[in-house]
Amino acid sequence: MTDKTKLARQFIEAIPHAQSLGMCLIDIGAGRAVMLMPYDEKLVGDPSTGVIHGGAVSALMDTCCGAAVMSHPRQSKGTATIDLRIDYMRSASPGQAITTTATCYHVTRSVAFVRAEAVDDDTSLPVATATGAFTFEPQKSLEDSQ
Amino acid sequence: MKRSQPEPKQVVKQRRDAALKALVDAVPYARVLGITFERRGDELSSTLHYQDSNIGNPLIPALHGGATAAFLEVTAQITLHWFHLWPQFESGALDVETMVAGDMPRQPKTIDFTVDYLRSGLPRDAYARATVNRSGRRYASVHVAAWQDHKDKLFAQATGHFLMPQSRSPD
Repeated sequence: MTDKTKLARQFIEAIPHAQSLGMCLIDIGAGRAVMLMPYDEKLVGDPSTGVIHGGAVSALMDTCCGAAVMSHPRQSKGTATIDLRIDYMRSASPGQAITTTATCYHVTRSVAFVRAEAVDDDTSLPVATATGAFTFEPQKSLEDSQ
Repeated sequence: MKRSQPEPKQVVKQRRDAALKALVDAVPYARVLGITFERRGDELSSTLHYQDSNIGNPLIPALHGGATAAFLEVTAQITLHWFHLWPQFESGALDVETMVAGDMPRQPKTIDFTVDYLRSGLPRDAYARATVNRSGRRYASVHVAAWQDHKDKLFAQATGHFLMPQSRSPD
């Protein structure tokens, strides 16, 4: 694991809101991140069904997308969300953890574009997908500093 | 022509406040985030009370984008549900007592939700108000705006589409 990846992991696991929702980082590196959020009754949106609230899924997607940006080889520091769109395909099954995979598929000098997918135990149909734009600050290359 | 007497103020207020409380209490996640609602007539606004667990970046510090997104989504969904149910509990077709007892009408389901982050969320209370731009039999479109110190300086806004609960067809 590179120092930068290690740093990103420490940074993400120290986020108070990520801790509060019980998120954990499964895998990270080269503009891709995988995060998991265990099922918890406090995250429920509708007690009659026991389904997790969309907002909690959004929070997981947002964190995972941000992590993917931070792990990009050219990213120099933290990132902030500019825009995030979530499409909800189906309700997550009560009692099951949600796993999100985010990929930073393109970066410009100031913007990173990210896609993410969230699944529960049934990985054949995603619970939700997300597309987002994040702030991006590339590291200064040697040429720039000369 | 003889008009019926208007209901006493406290009866109206008690019914509406109880209906709102039942709607908000039905979303455990809203409590975890620290969201409350205030009502003026049928107008709702919500508050995301500051708490450390909603922080995303402890160095700045700033509210987590996910907490902001969830705050906006909860506000949009509850406001939509509120306006959807309003005529029913006002006419008496929906009994507020049964709502309070936990027998809640089904919630609108989020189809998609797009959040626009305009400024970083400061470590203090945030406020939001949702507008139902279109509410059809099946689908609804809701816009929600959130601010902190200045009402006209939004720190985030969002638009979402929702699937309305369908009344069960009689067999």
